[in-house]
Amino acid sequence: MTTTQVHVKEAEPASEEEWQPKIVTFCCNWCSYAGADLAGVSRLQMPTNFLVVRTMCSARVDPEFVLRAFAKGADGVLVLGCHPADCHYIGGNYRTRRRIALLRMLLEQYGFDPERLKLEWVSASEGPKFQKTIKDFTEKIRELGPNPLKDESGSIVERKPE
Amino acid sequence: MAKIKIAQYWGAGCGGCDVAMLDIDEKILGVAEMADIAFWPIAVDTKLSEVEAMPDGYITATFYNGAVRNSENEHVAKLLRKKSALIVSFGSCACFGGIPGLANITTAKDVLEYVYTKTFSSDQKNAKEKVYPQTLTHTKDGDIDLPTLYDTVLTLDQVIDVDYYMPGCPPTTNLINDFLGVVEKHVKEGVPLPPKGTVIASQKTLCDECKRKREVKSITELHLPFEIDIDPDKCMIEQGVICLGPATRAGCGAKCLNANQPCRGCMGPTAQVLDQGGSMLSALASVFKIGDKESQMNEEDILKIMSQVKDPLGTFYSYTLPKSIIKRVVKERGPRKKEEAKA
Ligand code: SF4
Ligand code: SF4
Ligand code: SF4
Ligand code: FES
Repeated sequence: MTTTQVHVKEAEPASEEEWQPKIVTFCCNWCSYAGADLAGVSRLQMPTNFLVVRTMCSARVDPEFVLRAFAKGADGVLVLGCHPADCHYIGGNYRTRRRIALLRMLLEQYGFDPERLKLEWVSASEGPKFQKTIKDFTEKIRELGPNPLKDESGSIVERKPE
Repeated sequence: MAKIKIAQYWGAGCGGCDVAMLDIDEKILGVAEMADIAFWPIAVDTKLSEVEAMPDGYITATFYNGAVRNSENEHVAKLLRKKSALIVSFGSCACFGGIPGLANITTAKDVLEYVYTKTFSSDQKNAKEKVYPQTLTHTKDGDIDLPTLYDTVLTLDQVIDVDYYMPGCPPTTNLINDFLGVVEKHVKEGVPLPPKGTVIASQKTLCDECKRKREVKSITELHLPFEIDIDPDKCMIEQGVICLGPATRAGCGAKCLNANQPCRGCMGPTAQVLDQGGSMLSALASVFKIGDKESQMNEEDILKIMSQVKDPLGTFYSYTLPKSIIKRVVKERGPRKKEEAKA
């Protein structure tokens, strides 16, 4: 992905029962994307409510990407990168970690449950960890319910009538 | 030569933008020479009904300052849009919501409740039945109405089409003069105006305009400006003081830095980004260096260190909350029960 376009498809009409979480998962090219790929070719079962956005490094995930994902209706955002000391660009994942810590503080001030944003380390050989991360996170988001920017019908509220 | 007509209006602002316009020194004579004031509540006595009676497009340029925070701000903005050929979103409040925009962390109801019943001097603190201002009151002599306070503070361009943006709290004399110069050339010599949507400021980042020396690549702790003796020649961030320079548009001449204060971001985001706060958050996280032990630290350790930023939202979005990607504080509907979630 070269630009900051993150499009999450408009939520399907969501009667509370039908509501399915939408999760955006950023995977760094060198570790986590390969980990996701491994999970796929190993046919590990996991929920399918997520879409993957590949970035060269987890540090490429600008806070703007995360904020836009939420603004466009994502119920949760996962950022996956190489383990500490393993980033292809040496220190990218440390930047990411500091940034995500601050972003979670910010999201909380905005009124979001900070658990809607999660950072996890997934290496190229960790297919099962990718599977578990997706499973657990989807479960967590199910518990939290829809993104609070959305109204009952599941669409983003641009301007509330005053 | 026929004179052009200009107007200036205040929405939810502080009056500083109106004063800034009066503060342009001898240029004001140039303005008087080329323009008549069609409407300017702080300076000239014109009634709204007179504006309503003007033909559409009658006013050449309207400078609207202040955010849109109540029904009257919005009504007048729409009226002036109809009556003006050009609308300039004037000042940080109109462009990004500005300081009043910070009200987006709360709701109109909470604001009214606080102001009318909870402050120290409120007569209603212990009253059983609280009285609030009503938007409509019937009296024997007729109805009296007051504007409705909005839950969400809006920027001018969220309610009407805007031609130019002039950020700053308030815009500096230089920027105002530059723009008036352009308008004057257009009126007198027919030089074309800048393209619609132009931000009348610099395309650069404030750090490019700032003369302070940058040497250190990383910092380990943060300080509030009053906690340390700030070296006037060194970059603020390198001294551990949060300065919004890296995320802010240049154009003010680094005014606050010249006064040995950090930038708080009144010129809004740079040309490349949408979200000034996100951009500052990113810049700050990047210069924060935790040292060689970073690979051995867990998420809690990192959170503890980053918690030195006491109020990320208030610090990074001092002037731009209504224009940010998320725009206002939201409310979670609360965790759903496990069984319910599975159903
Ligand atoms: S931009 Fe600043 S000076 Fe202008 S009205 Fe808003 S608060 Fe006042
Ligand atoms: S961060 Fe602030 S002090 Fe440092 S160079 Fe930029 S504007 Fe100047
Ligand atoms: S230094 Fe920053 S806060 Fe001060 S006038 Fe310039 S942009 Fe505004
Ligand atoms: S390349 Fe994987 S986190 Fe930097």
